[in-house]
Amino acid sequence: MTSSDTVYKSIKDLSRDEFISPGTPVCGGCGGLEVLRLAAKVLGERVVFVNAAGCFTLLALFPYTPFRGSWLYTTMGSAPAGAQGVRDALDILLAKGRLPPEDDLQVVVVAGDGSTYDMALSATSGTLYRNLDYWYICYDNEAYGNTGMQQSSATPYAAHTATTPEGAGDSSAIPFAKKDIFEIWRAHKPPYIATVSPRHPVDLARKFEKAKQFRGPKLFLAFAPCPTGWLYDPAHTQAYAKLGVECGIFPLKEAVHGQVTHTYVKRRWRPVEEYLQGQGRFRHLFEPVRQDAMIRTIQEAVERYWAEALSEKDK
Amino acid sequence: MTRQMLTGNSAAAWGARLADVDYVPAFPITPQTEIIETLAQWCADGTMPGRFVTLDSEHSMLTAAGAAAATGVRVFTATSSQGLLYAFELLYTVAGWRVPLVLVNVSRALASPITLEPDHNDVLAARDSGFLQIHAETCQEVLDSVLMAYRIAEDARVLLPAIVNLDGFYLSFTREPVTLPAPEQVRAFLPAYAPTHAAFKASRPMAQGVVVLGGAPYSYFKYQMHLAAQNALAVHEGVAEQFAAAFGRRYGLIETYRMDDADYVLVMSNAFATKGKAAVNRFRDQGIRMGLLRLRMLRPFPKSAIVSALRGRQAVAVIDQNLSVGFGGITYAEIASALYGEPRPPLLLSYIGGLGGKDLSAAEFDHMAQDLQHSVSRGEAPPPRLLYTDREAEQMAAFLRLAGKGEVA
Repeated sequence: MTSSDTVYKSIKDLSRDEFISPGTPVCGGCGGLEVLRLAAKVLGERVVFVNAAGCFTLLALFPYTPFRGSWLYTTMGSAPAGAQGVRDALDILLAKGRLPPEDDLQVVVVAGDGSTYDMALSATSGTLYRNLDYWYICYDNEAYGNTGMQQSSATPYAAHTATTPEGAGDSSAIPFAKKDIFEIWRAHKPPYIATVSPRHPVDLARKFEKAKQFRGPKLFLAFAPCPTGWLYDPAHTQAYAKLGVECGIFPLKEAVHGQVTHTYVKRRWRPVEEYLQGQGRFRHLFEPVRQDAMIRTIQEAVERYWAEALSEKDK
Repeated sequence: MTRQMLTGNSAAAWGARLADVDYVPAFPITPQTEIIETLAQWCADGTMPGRFVTLDSEHSMLTAAGAAAATGVRVFTATSSQGLLYAFELLYTVAGWRVPLVLVNVSRALASPITLEPDHNDVLAARDSGFLQIHAETCQEVLDSVLMAYRIAEDARVLLPAIVNLDGFYLSFTREPVTLPAPEQVRAFLPAYAPTHAAFKASRPMAQGVVVLGGAPYSYFKYQMHLAAQNALAVHEGVAEQFAAAFGRRYGLIETYRMDDADYVLVMSNAFATKGKAAVNRFRDQGIRMGLLRLRMLRPFPKSAIVSALRGRQAVAVIDQNLSVGFGGITYAEIASALYGEPRPPLLLSYIGGLGGKDLSAAEFDHMAQDLQHSVSRGEAPPPRLLYTDREAEQMAAFLRLAGKGEVA
């Protein structure tokens, strides 16, 4: 692992170099792609992305690839196991002198929430158990996006999806809170976990840079606003990425050897309504009749989260 | 060169060791487990320079296997039955990656009902995946086939993964004398894997396993696999010749046993072919001109070798240790299709036998010999039959009474 001294204080410190070419087949305004673009600026070109079935599978579309590095598409349920095979093979080749050290690669899983929260949980758990030296970027758009926004276990309470049409009154689509994948990962005690948002590029770059010092799994949960699935104008991706953080819904944090630190904390979070309103998937909370109880449920969940998070910090 | 008493499973492990494999991703399942336990021990104590890792499932195991091979190392793995089916998605996926890894499948019947003993529905379910398939009868052949499989799979005209299949219990846990070739001799026969078509390294970025849109590129790549698999027939013959020159044992795409003047032929595969050969010897002693054709390479399907071996015979009984539910015997169908269009083809009889490890008794072979002779005098083959003895039927009836289900139908 090459550790560098790059310090990210402002957006100007990020590389001007692009490692992912524009013009890919993913949707305009894709929050996940922006995260990947920013992450690649820190990771550089000596990477092999190991991909699980999802929106990003379309990035490398024969005979084109937008990457300066390498790419391997695996399956929906086993990209982390693919990373295991690639990392182990590179280590074997290095140890046997069949690969010069300068030809080594960082192995980076790129998977959506459907794969990460559901199908590949077993494969991911295995790599964490074995302390595999790799990166994992989950672009979380909170549903099975590539198949047209069906419910995944990352879908938040009250969101409308194609398989959970809202009913009458306040019987909403999703009665559950999304799985807490950050805590599921953290229970395995990997050296580094972080959440990142495309609207906080300096925070993102710092976290990827910081993670370079750790050997073992380096896991990133990326907030991925999705105009196609969340039903808003693609021009507003950065606005929703910002509101998700500012309303306290998507906490920016990291866990170093299990120790959690929030990297963006406010005294007062903006009301969740500002984030919910305007997204088509939450329209039924506001029209035709305002669902106060449900909005309150969401607001209270955010307040409970931060009350616990900040009291933990005081301990 | 040394000689040892080895189980089928140890012979498979020896094949991997002599092939000097770099990487063994693993997951335990009966009756294969002895293979990975043996390799785990050898990798741990330094006997083998390979790296061993246990994954969380066969699905992950075969993903890791394919990904490592796509990165440029020689990979060996093993599974059985439910494990093979759990990894099923990856059979097709890694075959499409064109990675020449070798997977040993120790055949075991599929649930439900869940059981441990062998038949071939597991491995035959994989027959359309793009993996080559070599089916071994003896422990020696298991070891030899692993070595040959790497040579064939890694050949630039092929570049497809391969399954070497052996029967659970009947061969996996049977000890037979096995000649172990000297490592340096194997090295000369099977040089180190050095892929030029695909590998991951920083100086040569590459996208592998990428998506295609539209049927034209898909058809192109899929058909390339088919052509490559067909190349494996000729490649096998060349490799078999070199193997024979180096080690003194010659393997064919098929094996013919006492076929020279045979009027009647039993078609079998894997370990039960040994029982078939014993039966052939008995029939020969009785003056019945019986022979046996053992299917060895099943993918690619050696159509012309099979057709020429069966040409001019009077009647052929195909014994399938598998059942395509709603159709019948799988290899029967493939042989029937191979013989279609032959002028005066032999009568073709279909038997389902040995499901779930059920034994094939002398009485059942006698029954088939009679059927073969009667069918020739009648001029037509009897309908397909399940081989099942009276004694087995009686025992099953007793079980059903105990289970409160009345008489056997």
